[in-house]
Amino acid sequence: MTSTALMKPPAQREIGSDVYNEKLGMWIFLGSEVMFFTALIGTYIILRFGSPEAFAAPGEILNIPVTAINTFLLICSSVTMVKAFAAIQEGDQKGLRWYLVATVIIGAAFVGVQAFEYTQLTNHGFVPSGYVAGSQLAVEAADGHLPASVGVYSSSFYTMTGFHGFHVSMGVLCMIFVTVKAFRGKYTATDHRGVEVIGLYWHFVDLVWIILFTIVYLV
Amino acid sequence: MSETNAHPNYWAIWAYLLVLTVAEVGVAQLGWNKTVLILVLVVMAVWKAVLVALYFMHLRWEGIRLRLFVIAPLPLTVIIVIAVITEFRW
Repeated sequence: MTSTALMKPPAQREIGSDVYNEKLGMWIFLGSEVMFFTALIGTYIILRFGSPEAFAAPGEILNIPVTAINTFLLICSSVTMVKAFAAIQEGDQKGLRWYLVATVIIGAAFVGVQAFEYTQLTNHGFVPSGYVAGSQLAVEAADGHLPASVGVYSSSFYTMTGFHGFHVSMGVLCMIFVTVKAFRGKYTATDHRGVEVIGLYWHFVDLVWIILFTIVYLV
Repeated sequence: MSETNAHPNYWAIWAYLLVLTVAEVGVAQLGWNKTVLILVLVVMAVWKAVLVALYFMHLRWEGIRLRLFVIAPLPLTVIIVIAVITEFRW
């Protein structure tokens, strides 16, 4: 089998189009998602350029080791997703099912770790509106160890990571749907459109996190 | 495009992404000049994103029309951010 055959669309495609309709639809949707996340990331960059004094240095407030683990999880889930796709292309139903189950579990773990991170941050006094009065972080800010006011930072942080977490959560729900269909034997080596389309979405969410992790946590 | 008989080595791409992630976290701790640091980290992030798009999203094997469809709007994202930063600072 050649690589051209390997990526052969598993269904009829419209005349003049390289890909079948569901896949083209997902790419168009992902195009709109690029603009959505560009708006969020762009806003963050602009705010950071405009008010550098309102942003804490990397690691001062945010927990880099925890989010590095989350990045590891999302990369792992991307590889299990693509392995599920590769499995069904070769007609391997068992491989498809178990790689999809692994993707669901790892994706849910990402959401769980993000919930843990949010809980930790709010317990320390970092909420979307800034510091909680009297909290550990507010005291450190009063001592001059942290920016005096972080409302812009915290609101942009929670907006970006929150929307990304929402996308991952929706991805997990859709993945559960695809996994149930896989266990019912609905996908075959010649028709596995659902697996490929959800895979595109999932990898896109991973791709966005790669950029967010760098911009929000490391820079 | 060269014709091969196998899927790409997905585990190798996974390892590549992990190495880049560890390198990114390491570089972020080095205390380099801020501009250099931002440049290096952004290049590494884009490098990882391209790996995901090419190998996991299979753009490397897609037809030219779909690839153009995906690539064409990307400069617009850079233009919109730069344009608004310029507006904001002036």
